[in-house]
Amino acid sequence: MEDAAIYAQASWFQATARQRAAGLLDPNSFTEFLGPAERVQSPHLHLFDVPSAFDDGVVIGRGTLDGKDVFIAAQEGQFMGGTFAEVSGAKMVGLVRAARDHKELPQTVLLLLDSGGVRLQEANAGELVVAELMRAIVQARSAGVAVIAMVGGKAGAFGGAGLTAATCSRVAVSEEGRIAVTGPEVIETNKGVEEFDSKNKALVWSTDGGKNRRLIGGADAFAEDSMAGFRAAAMALLAKVPAFNLKTMQAEQERLAARQEKFGACDDAVSMWRVLGIKDPEAIRDMDSKDFAQLASSIKEANHDAR
Amino acid sequence: MLTLKFSHAAKRRLAGEQATAIIGVVASGNLEVLLERVLPGANCEIEIATPITGYDATWKAVIDEFVERFSPGGLRISINDGGARPDTVFLRLMQGCALMEKV
Repeated sequence: MEDAAIYAQASWFQATARQRAAGLLDPNSFTEFLGPAERVQSPHLHLFDVPSAFDDGVVIGRGTLDGKDVFIAAQEGQFMGGTFAEVSGAKMVGLVRAARDHKELPQTVLLLLDSGGVRLQEANAGELVVAELMRAIVQARSAGVAVIAMVGGKAGAFGGAGLTAATCSRVAVSEEGRIAVTGPEVIETNKGVEEFDSKNKALVWSTDGGKNRRLIGGADAFAEDSMAGFRAAAMALLAKVPAFNLKTMQAEQERLAARQEKFGACDDAVSMWRVLGIKDPEAIRDMDSKDFAQLASSIKEANHDAR
Repeated sequence: MLTLKFSHAAKRRLAGEQATAIIGVVASGNLEVLLERVLPGANCEIEIATPITGYDATWKAVIDEFVERFSPGGLRISINDGGARPDTVFLRLMQGCALMEKV
């Protein structure tokens, strides 16, 4: 089908949550839970004179990926920054818990994160739901469920979304994706512009962006910015999901301690890339996705048995 | 929040078999349009929730033109607006009808 081939090359970054879910899964396999017609939306936003969304900015459901049954949740980064709130968060928590508790349901959960963190208008509910989601992910992983985070949207994965990504079995990121807990503006506000200049986009992207996250082991796969790119990354990651046990946790602890040791003296991303032994670190920024993915797979720190 | 409701008798039922469709996102300058084939005959109801006041006449003009040109009979259309311009509203309504007309 000609249309399908063109759609596979559509930008993940530019797409909506609903388009990403459809583009990631096998064609026509997606079934939505609590769809927009059910109007399960925020009970709070109208109090602030802010428009609601019929799905509260999160699309959840199930489908198949390369024939394998999966659950999927996609945050809509364009709606209120893809924020975690009472309803949007509960939809994700419920999905992960369903996989955790029911072996007959899909034992794979794909989290398409695109969020600046907690929704300020529902901050207490949002903070609680992030904690619930992280707990549910850890419990689901203990029960043998694979939880894969995919980051490549406009809002990135900051705050609670960054924390959520860190609790997943595996993380895929594109060059456009950014992963961190504290956002650039917040660091600048609290620590000063000398610490982190949030207006310097090259600095922000080289630090929080997908390439750096992949090189220093914060993401396990580098996806091209397209439906096909994330689909390929998801399938590759699902082929080698680590068991969640003491051994994995100890490996993660060792990995993070070694990373701190190795990069502790670095003051920017390029200096970290130099420490990694990359011959021309300045060239990383302009490298295309294919060449970069190949380079990353040859870096020891980027590939590990932890998480 | 301002809520606007319009009720029309369209010329005919909208073709196609889709029961529901959604298009667009609630974002700055954008809107989401939910279409549901739930009304009898050629009736059409449109409800709009918008944080921006003072444009009732513009909404009415856009909706009148849309109903006249696309005859969305049988549809309940619900809109969450993020401050979209009239041309964007019209585009989303057209896209929504195209989705509903799929067999």
